[in-house]
Amino acid sequence: MTSANSDLRTPANRVLGLGSAKDGVGHWWAQRLSSVALIPLTFLFVIPLAGVIGEGFDAVRALYQQPYHAIIAILFLAVTFWHHQQGLQVVIEDYVHGKGSRTIMLVLNSLVTVALAVIGIFSVAKIAFGG
Amino acid sequence: MAKFALPKNSRMVTGKTWPKPEGAKNVRAFKIYRWDPDTKANPRIDTYHVDLDKCGPMVLDALIKIKNEIDPTLTFRRSCREGICGSCAMNIDGTNGLACTTGIDEISGAVRIYPLPHMPVVKDLVPDLTHFYAQHAAVQPWLETKTPAPQGEWRQSIEDRKKLDGLYECIMCASCSTSCPSYWWNGDRYLGPAALLQAYRWLIDSRDEATGERLDDLEDPFRLYRCHTIMNCAKTCPKGLNPAKAIAEIKKMMIERRV
Repeated sequence: MTSANSDLRTPANRVLGLGSAKDGVGHWWAQRLSSVALIPLTFLFVIPLAGVIGEGFDAVRALYQQPYHAIIAILFLAVTFWHHQQGLQVVIEDYVHGKGSRTIMLVLNSLVTVALAVIGIFSVAKIAFGG
Repeated sequence: MAKFALPKNSRMVTGKTWPKPEGAKNVRAFKIYRWDPDTKANPRIDTYHVDLDKCGPMVLDALIKIKNEIDPTLTFRRSCREGICGSCAMNIDGTNGLACTTGIDEISGAVRIYPLPHMPVVKDLVPDLTHFYAQHAAVQPWLETKTPAPQGEWRQSIEDRKKLDGLYECIMCASCSTSCPSYWWNGDRYLGPAALLQAYRWLIDSRDEATGERLDDLEDPFRLYRCHTIMNCAKTCPKGLNPAKAIAEIKKMMIERRV
């Protein structure tokens, strides 16, 4: 925080700044929603996957060719990356203070997360539909 | 990036060690942050020795004794000496609190005293709270009404009055806000626990008629949602209040008006 005498703006001017964004509750709610969704999804995804570890590609393919497991995997990936994007956004807003670097990192966070989610979902779909 | 180390000119050095009082049996060391804006020197930690047999029980008593009898240049704020004015908030033994309500016997070993963390320092233990007070003013901590003022008073049920308990007692000492990492990193835009507790005190007041506008002004990723429930505020509050709970209640109100 800058000292009061380092610029000539009034204290009220600095506090009021650009005003309220009138936004944030949606993000906050979505973050809680995705957290709750991930509790069952993590178990439903990880336990069957752990069961086929070391069993070879055919076993994994057999697992994800069952619609139930493919859907769980896709839901898990989608919600995980959604939650990841929200969480990392908060971390960037907390700690990155350069205007330019903050914007770049927020943009990268959103775009890279979407790309990773699509890669993951496509991979499951490829197996499910006979890859 | 957030600054995790102090700037070079703010790093503390070892200062003067003042002599122990002669013939005293019950001596306690006080290691106190000193910084003088009139010199270009870095802040230093001076060590004072106080004879506890000739001193009141509270940390503030020791500070006043040091100023009166050892070093009159030691600068700190104090007024009521009974925990109601909030002037003597400082960082004592690693925790923010009021010097007047913190007993010397609550601390073992040397008593380390610093100004409230992460605020510009005016001198020694006096922080610059200009921005903090402006944030308090920004939440409009007064009754806002649209109904013409009644002949007598604005009436409130006993039940609704009870909702203000745990909120109205806040003395704006700034212990909570200056203990909050979110406030350290983003205090320019995040209102901080003290101002948000004050905001909730008016949001929950049954007589206030500006609840919607108040919520509009708070709904912001930085003003409100920088609170990550770290809970330092509740832990440090010398009045035993819970600003984190007040903030959580504001977040619930934000949801409530949407569903």
